[in-house]
Amino acid sequence: MRGNFAKITKILSAGVVAAGLLASAPAKAAEDTIKVGILHSLSGTMAISETTLKDVMLMLIDEQNAKGGLLGKKLEAVVVDPASNWPLFAEKARELISKDRVAAVFGCWTSVSRKSVLPVFSELDNILFYPVQYEGEESERNVFYTGAAPNQQAIPAVDYLMSADGGSVKRWVLEGTDYVYPRTTNKILEAYLKSKGVPAEDIMVNYTPFGFSDWQTEVSAIKKFGSAGKKTAVVSTVNGDANVPFYKELGNQGIKAEDIPVMAFSVGEEELAGLDTKPLVGHLAAWNYFESVNTPENKKFIADWHKFIKNNKRTTNDPMEAHYIGFNMWVKAVQKAGTTDPDKVIDAMVGVSVPNLTGGYSTMMPNHHITKPVLIGEIQANGQFQTVSKTPGLVMGDEWSDYLPDSKDLISDWRAPLSCGNFNVKTGKCGGKGTN
Amino acid sequence: MKIFRAIGLTLLFLLTTLSSSGAAEADLRALIAKFATAADFSETGVIVRELTATGDPAVERPLAALAEGNLYIRAADSMVFVGKEGSDSIQLFDPLSGEAAGEASADDLTQIGVNNTLRRTIRDALGTLTLGSKDPTVRIAAANTMFKTPDAANVEPLDAAIASETVASVKALLEQARGASILVSDKPDADKLAAIALIGARGDRNAVSLLTSVEANASGAVKEAATATIASINSTLAFWDAGQNIWYGISLGSVLLLAAIGLAITFGVMGVINMAHGEMVMLGAYTTFVVQQVIRTSFPGLFDWSLVIALPLAFLVAALVGLAIERGIIRFLYGRPLETLLATWGVSLILQQAVRTIFGPTNQEVGNPSWMSGSFDIGQLAITWNRLWILVFALAAFIVLLYVMKRTPWGLQMRAVTANRRMAASMGIKTPWVDALTFALGSGIAGIAGVALSQIDNVSPNLGRGYIIDSFMVVVFGGVGNLWGTLVGAFSLGIVNKFLEPYAGAVLGKIVVLVLIILFIQKRPRGLFALKGRAVEA
Repeated sequence: MRGNFAKITKILSAGVVAAGLLASAPAKAAEDTIKVGILHSLSGTMAISETTLKDVMLMLIDEQNAKGGLLGKKLEAVVVDPASNWPLFAEKARELISKDRVAAVFGCWTSVSRKSVLPVFSELDNILFYPVQYEGEESERNVFYTGAAPNQQAIPAVDYLMSADGGSVKRWVLEGTDYVYPRTTNKILEAYLKSKGVPAEDIMVNYTPFGFSDWQTEVSAIKKFGSAGKKTAVVSTVNGDANVPFYKELGNQGIKAEDIPVMAFSVGEEELAGLDTKPLVGHLAAWNYFESVNTPENKKFIADWHKFIKNNKRTTNDPMEAHYIGFNMWVKAVQKAGTTDPDKVIDAMVGVSVPNLTGGYSTMMPNHHITKPVLIGEIQANGQFQTVSKTPGLVMGDEWSDYLPDSKDLISDWRAPLSCGNFNVKTGKCGGKGTN
Repeated sequence: MKIFRAIGLTLLFLLTTLSSSGAAEADLRALIAKFATAADFSETGVIVRELTATGDPAVERPLAALAEGNLYIRAADSMVFVGKEGSDSIQLFDPLSGEAAGEASADDLTQIGVNNTLRRTIRDALGTLTLGSKDPTVRIAAANTMFKTPDAANVEPLDAAIASETVASVKALLEQARGASILVSDKPDADKLAAIALIGARGDRNAVSLLTSVEANASGAVKEAATATIASINSTLAFWDAGQNIWYGISLGSVLLLAAIGLAITFGVMGVINMAHGEMVMLGAYTTFVVQQVIRTSFPGLFDWSLVIALPLAFLVAALVGLAIERGIIRFLYGRPLETLLATWGVSLILQQAVRTIFGPTNQEVGNPSWMSGSFDIGQLAITWNRLWILVFALAAFIVLLYVMKRTPWGLQMRAVTANRRMAASMGIKTPWVDALTFALGSGIAGIAGVALSQIDNVSPNLGRGYIIDSFMVVVFGGVGNLWGTLVGAFSLGIVNKFLEPYAGAVLGKIVVLVLIILFIQKRPRGLFALKGRAVEA
């Protein structure tokens, strides 16, 4: 008896472990559909952010099909779950391209997951749309970056804080989670601040581990740093889960936005949904989109989203807009090229221009980054952002930062005849290396 | 400007009971109406300053509402109102008299936007305007605001306020604010030196902040006095910083203790490597969320009691799930640690995904009851209420558990079964049931830890992940099977961690702690408080 049970439980436990590795099997499709791959984690630590992006892609594909599909064919979504596991991202990407033969893939959130799929996309020559703000220092032929590069988020945010409207900040705390995006962004920001004449003793850089939850020491250090008689602000690249305890501690220790504002690059409507925002009113975030933006396109998008997800309280956020732009660009490029062949579509993508949700047009540039407006918003008591500043025009994504010594001479142009993602203008050679 | 203010304040002090005259009111209304035409924040700021310059205490209401984001423009007639958000519409009030003026839907109203700079301007303006308030807490707030943003024009109103102040503590604050204002004025050096002495006595970071900026702009005796005072304040603050580190360490220790105490039962006493322990904590946190949801929709008055109500429910939910896990899986795996580890790891994935499917992958909002919000000061030590309550709660949970283990027949049976299962069984103890209940108890304790942790951390399906490693670390370090060991282990790890953090940073600090534990375990494989006797070998 005991032996039997042991066998059963053994099988059970093996099954349980295996369940984590199995992804939802792609549905058998009828011929004559165009397949679109969706590569977002639906389980594990990143599911909190990425599940929403999977949903918004399904909605966009549904809408396109309702409009009659693409090139006379219906679109079909192929959803896989890389389970927040970086090597699995590469495996799943390979499966999408070789087995399911998708025409393009929309996916990834963290930089490390993007880095892990890059070789797969260049080897099998397919297209990846990457929707999240990132550290830059990269430009690949097979990747289109629809999120913000550092100059489309970090630099304008710091400019705002330095302006009279933003409080003429003189002293800076760069607070981040310890991984590639905050470290590179802070390197760029430090160089930028120094170029603006901020002395080194007025910059404090601090890193905390992923999912950090005990912020008492850090917040009191910020308080201490801020009591030097100069206007102080915090620039936060703290990632995901660690933000909630960070803001809770700020509120509890009584750091008000009027005294020491916190400017965040990774806190959007979705993150605020888990928080009581009343003590946080006035803290800032820099994005290219806010749910509160009052344009007809955005209103329609939000209404469609609520209808699709069947929940009127679900928020929208910046990476969702990035997928909205990326998907529409892809549709337009496929129509322009008359085929879904990735090679031809990649060439057709440059120069494609589609409406964004903030009342303008975003264009795909030769460096595979897009033009976007930069918005600075203040947190409101209802969990939304109020736009307090908007760049007058569109900002073009700069993949190789001008403020880092290794990358300031590099440019990217994927049009013929240059066709190079890291061209060094000093040496005149393709194949420069940036900072990472 | 100065004269206006002085006149306004005289009005304020002498005529608080009289309402302003009709003509003045018409002027104010004209000014307030201009909000409707302001194109950007700087134009709104100009109107705010004009309103403040009238010195009329009646402007407090519209300005306070503006700072809170509660000032609205009605689209139909461009009239300005103070709004209060109701369930589906916004109630309107006259900005000056505060009389109700009907209601309107949010679509017909435009909120007047404010940014941080405007909020600061309004706060400073209100500071001056509310100096004569009847409520001492408002006067304290006004004095603190004026201390933080000193202005030479504030000296006179502060003199008047000090003369009429009757509460000693408020008077002291007002005098410090006056000192701060003198330091930025063109008064003689003797006055400034006296002011520095007065501010030095305050001895906090705000004083350092103010004196640093004075030091940068002054010369001669004033500069020297400021430098000396800053140095002396800083040396006192260094002691407080050490105290602060100890408090942070104790607080982190209490969180570790809460997370680990359930594991001290399931892993420490029973020897089950329970990887799903963190998910029991998560279930407790989600129970709190559900309780708060029900209270919000059905019994809003009970919100401050939500945690008290959630405690027994969280215990029950987690204990029942724990019981199910023990009866369903773990009981077949006793004595096979590797398989237990894999099976409970699988269970943890299943529980996470189940919660993700039911509640969605995003964070859920768990509110702080009012008695757990904010902080209070002991000397220069800021202690937040939620951390204090979590400490009290962790210790209470520990004492109750200790009592159950040492003083109740059930605890005796538990210990008997762990010490020698066969002997206990021959004495008539139903060992399978003791196992099941012990596991349920450990899980239940993890559940109530979840209630407390929901106050300081994310309530998301990943909540448990962050605590599982730390919990094992505490139990192993403290000595497997010993509750006291868990207590000492949790607090010593907390304090060591918080002392390392300011010097080594959070990332390196954590690494150093891990290395120290590894070295310690090499030296004492059974932890701080090793159990002695044959039981250990079993």
